[in-house]
Amino acid sequence: MTPALAIDGLSVEYDEFVALDDVSLTVAPGESFGLVGESGSGKSTLLRAVAGLAPVSSGTIAVDGQKLGAKRDKAFYRKVQMVFQDPYGSLHPRQTVDRLLLEPLAIHGFADTEGRIVRALDEVGLGASFRFRYSHQLSGGQRQRVAIARALILEPSILLLDEPTSALDASVQAEVLNLLEQLRATRNLTFVMVSHDLAVVTHMCDRLMVMQSGRAVEELASDDLAARRVTQDYTRGLLTASEGFRRDSA
Amino acid sequence: MSALLNVEDLRVTFPTRTGVIEAVRGVSFTLGRERLGIVGESGSGKSQTGRAIMGLTAEHGIIDAKRLDFNGIDLLKASKAERRALRGKRIAMILQDPKYSLNPVMTIGRQIVETLRTHEPVGRAEARKRALDMLAAVQIRDPERVFDLYPHEVSGGMGQRAMIAMMLIAGPELLIADEPTSALDVTVQLDVLDILNRLVAERGMGLIFISHDLRLVSSFCDRVIVMYAGRIVEELPAAKLSQAQHPYTRGLLNCMPEIGADRHPLPVLDRKPEWRT
Repeated sequence: MTPALAIDGLSVEYDEFVALDDVSLTVAPGESFGLVGESGSGKSTLLRAVAGLAPVSSGTIAVDGQKLGAKRDKAFYRKVQMVFQDPYGSLHPRQTVDRLLLEPLAIHGFADTEGRIVRALDEVGLGASFRFRYSHQLSGGQRQRVAIARALILEPSILLLDEPTSALDASVQAEVLNLLEQLRATRNLTFVMVSHDLAVVTHMCDRLMVMQSGRAVEELASDDLAARRVTQDYTRGLLTASEGFRRDSA
Repeated sequence: MSALLNVEDLRVTFPTRTGVIEAVRGVSFTLGRERLGIVGESGSGKSQTGRAIMGLTAEHGIIDAKRLDFNGIDLLKASKAERRALRGKRIAMILQDPKYSLNPVMTIGRQIVETLRTHEPVGRAEARKRALDMLAAVQIRDPERVFDLYPHEVSGGMGQRAMIAMMLIAGPELLIADEPTSALDVTVQLDVLDILNRLVAERGMGLIFISHDLRLVSSFCDRVIVMYAGRIVEELPAAKLSQAQHPYTRGLLNCMPEIGADRHPLPVLDRKPEWRT
């Protein structure tokens, strides 16, 4: 079966700085794949490279078996969409929700914009009453729902999620994670999800890759991580750290 | 034991064009030389509680309380000058993100020295020496080098250590830490908490640890207060967190994904209007 996303030997360099160093991975269609690591580990850079937002210096990216060139075409963005970390920064402050959702439809020449906007809002649990609000009139969780609706309105098959819940409260995080899972099931989406939170990634993803300073440390199944079948010390360290503070460790 | 801090029926309100916003609605607690956690989600009033004690409520905010005193000093009646003298010297506060809370155009060393010399009549050389000692105490390996760096030249964890050093150099009796580790990576988080834990214990300070992370707070503090919509809904010893009674506390504990727990979908909070009262 052709993988939904195949990355081979990908490197990203900013001037002298190597942000991503020879990373390879494949994600099957309908699979949910996680990327974990600390800040500066290159996990977000990898997503941005796929989306065409980072300068690739070597390596290849293929979506549904098709190699991507230096410039992404329109068809690519119909297939691959991204949701960003900060719902406060990723929505245009002077556009209504309606205008925000219309933009991708207009770019791609969709018909029946009216119906699609209403349906998209409905799907993320917001309802048509939110249509003519501005983003500052929404809570963080509602904003992230709008961002998800904007990504899904083009009916992509792959969703790139860059820390989609780390700016949200725990209870709102649960709601957004549930929404994402439910959407993935109904639309058979492929997820690539970045998070610094091991618990979130193991909850959402089947497989995951641990990254550190631009390199892949270890690739493993979520079940293996839960059962502590890890081979690298770095992963073990992350696991211990995610268990919280213990006073006797002081 | 005489309490370090007494708070009774604290209210913080903000008049706005569309009506009065009650950020804190009648919060009461006492604090000894212990670690108290205040937990809640955004908008629960946890940070405003800390700011009211510190005297950092926004100018147009109205603070009202039956009692708000620190070591016998009535904070409500204290003049601005008295509050200034307390702030940084006897009550100190660590903020969330060192990227925004350190002065970007001043070296780390100068900021620490400034804090010290504002509150104590010490000479330049002495101040420098104490700042270097303090940087060493927060486990910065090369204090001499870090002393001369600007905040943008250090990592988040290093910046937060510098902030702790700055806050502790005048030897405060009460430390308010408002989400001190939320902007840091998990592994760095533990180092910073370790340092905070040790220094608070060694110096016998009172600590108010404000956070949205219930688990983290309960692993660090002796006692936890849970806030919802400006009120305290539950207070309990940190060790007895699993026996929490209030549905909000239980909901908060429940809704976090856990490694190894297979819960799909995650339980979500069903907010009840009666929690507000």
